[in-house]
Amino acid sequence: MDKIVLDHVSYIYGAGTPFERCALDDVSVNVRGGCITGIIGHTGSGKSTMVQLLNGLAKPTSGKVLLDGYDINSTLDELLVAWKDREEYAGLSRRAAKKAIRAEMEGRRRRLCFRVGLVMQYPEYQLFEETVFKDIAYGPRNMGLEDVEIEARVREAALFTGVDPSWLDKSPFDLSGGEKRRVALAGVIAMRPEVLVLDEPAAGLDPRGRSFIFEGIRNYQRTTGSTVLIVSHSMEDMARYCDDVIVMANAKVVMQGARREVFAHVDELSEMGLSIPQITTLMRRLRARGLDISDNVYTVEEAMEAVKRYVAEGRTGGELV
Amino acid sequence: MKGVSFGQYYPSDSILHKLDPRTKVIMAVFYIVCTFVCKSAAGFLALTLSALALVFISRIPLRTILRSIRPLLFIIAFTSLMNIFFTQGERRLTPESWVISIYVEGLWSALFMTLRIMILIVGTSLFLTYTTTPIALTDALENLLGPLKKIRVPVHDFAMMMTIALRFIPTLSDETEKIMNAQKARGSDLSSGSLLKKAKALVPILIPLFVSAINRAFELAAAMECRCYHGGEGRTRLKVLRYRTRDWVAMLTILVFFAGIFALRYVPWLYIMG
Repeated sequence: MDKIVLDHVSYIYGAGTPFERCALDDVSVNVRGGCITGIIGHTGSGKSTMVQLLNGLAKPTSGKVLLDGYDINSTLDELLVAWKDREEYAGLSRRAAKKAIRAEMEGRRRRLCFRVGLVMQYPEYQLFEETVFKDIAYGPRNMGLEDVEIEARVREAALFTGVDPSWLDKSPFDLSGGEKRRVALAGVIAMRPEVLVLDEPAAGLDPRGRSFIFEGIRNYQRTTGSTVLIVSHSMEDMARYCDDVIVMANAKVVMQGARREVFAHVDELSEMGLSIPQITTLMRRLRARGLDISDNVYTVEEAMEAVKRYVAEGRTGGELV
Repeated sequence: MKGVSFGQYYPSDSILHKLDPRTKVIMAVFYIVCTFVCKSAAGFLALTLSALALVFISRIPLRTILRSIRPLLFIIAFTSLMNIFFTQGERRLTPESWVISIYVEGLWSALFMTLRIMILIVGTSLFLTYTTTPIALTDALENLLGPLKKIRVPVHDFAMMMTIALRFIPTLSDETEKIMNAQKARGSDLSSGSLLKKAKALVPILIPLFVSAINRAFELAAAMECRCYHGGEGRTRLKVLRYRTRDWVAMLTILVFFAGIFALRYVPWLYIMG
């Protein structure tokens, strides 16, 4: 069964005001469990809105969000409707019952956040504690874990994300931007979410910082077998790290499926203004020049293999030598 | 919220929106004076009609405007009750034997006070907040207060400070929402527990917010210095305010209206406040 399903989900900002804007328009998506899925699209295509629906921070205007087959929002609403029939609220006054329901809803919302860890855009702005250790421990502490367990989780998360143990006692505000980003990522990973959702995790980082973040994410995914969703507009990163890809444009899902299937529609993608990986463009040009070489190639490593194969087979052709 | 709620400005292309912001400030001042000068039933009828006319002209849904009155309902109810029960007059409604004394005069003044507060809010918000962007408003104030520069009041600096503050309200509110969401995603609990616990739960939101606000301020200051900003001296404007025919017509209208309200003070129709 699919880990996450969006079933005909729409989301409208500021409904009923002159600023009304449709961010998601009847979107249906299936996300396989235990893989890395990339969500790609232009600014304003609805990517960021979509990820906020996954942990209950935002509720869809219509449609359902299913996690392991359960509607994450209905579980909350059901409580309000059926409060009279439930034993645990028997004997409470209407007021007290409402209060209890609200507390339970809040509790469920929080538990959902621990299951579906969300790393927002530019997460380094959320750091606030005196030390890096305390900041990473904020999530686990909210989960109500024991100190020993918290310590273990902080160290584990630091290891995944490349947070140097020597930073743990420093103030997060003394770190560089890329280092802060890793700390913020660790703060979510320390909750050991079964679904990890990241909104532009590498935005604004240099290539070294980018690969640090992505390697950390992949590391976490491989070790824990969790489900990962990454929002990005870099095709290069998608090609490198994702198993599945969802393409969004104008508040709708245009394509979804395994990476190779989606990337095979190169022409449609570039028509939408999404740049295909540079290495793919290069290989396509080589092919256009008459070299009998595979252009079904999306990373530099794959390209190297293809070129080696080409040379080993001693094929020639075209005027490019 | 989501970045769009900028004050109460309601975009539309009515004549009220198009007027020069200075005209609207002047009109708002006269309108306020009108509501206070008015004390006859005839005058209040005229004021009420004018307020409805303004709503019509501005093309803003009445519902939106009434929403802005809602927070003041308590004050309105309180003042009218006070007026009903504590105004002394000649025509007593309740029997002499009752402790509670209600006079016809009290009912009238309660009605007038209610109308006065509501018209005051509707009038000023229609002239200023609903139809004028906050930036245009500060421009207008800077221009109207310009003569104060002669006595060394730093009018431009105040206006610039106000513009910057207004400019950053939506930015900061967006940022607050983002940080709140980020901390909620890490399981912060903002809504349960004692007052002290709730206050403590705000720390993870306030610290990042302050840090980023201070950083923003430094960046903005650096950016302004890089472009050689040195105050208002000799600065030209992108949007030069200019009075047009419609502005003069509007100002003439409000003057006539003001004179009319003044004259209606003495019209003995139904009731005149003492």
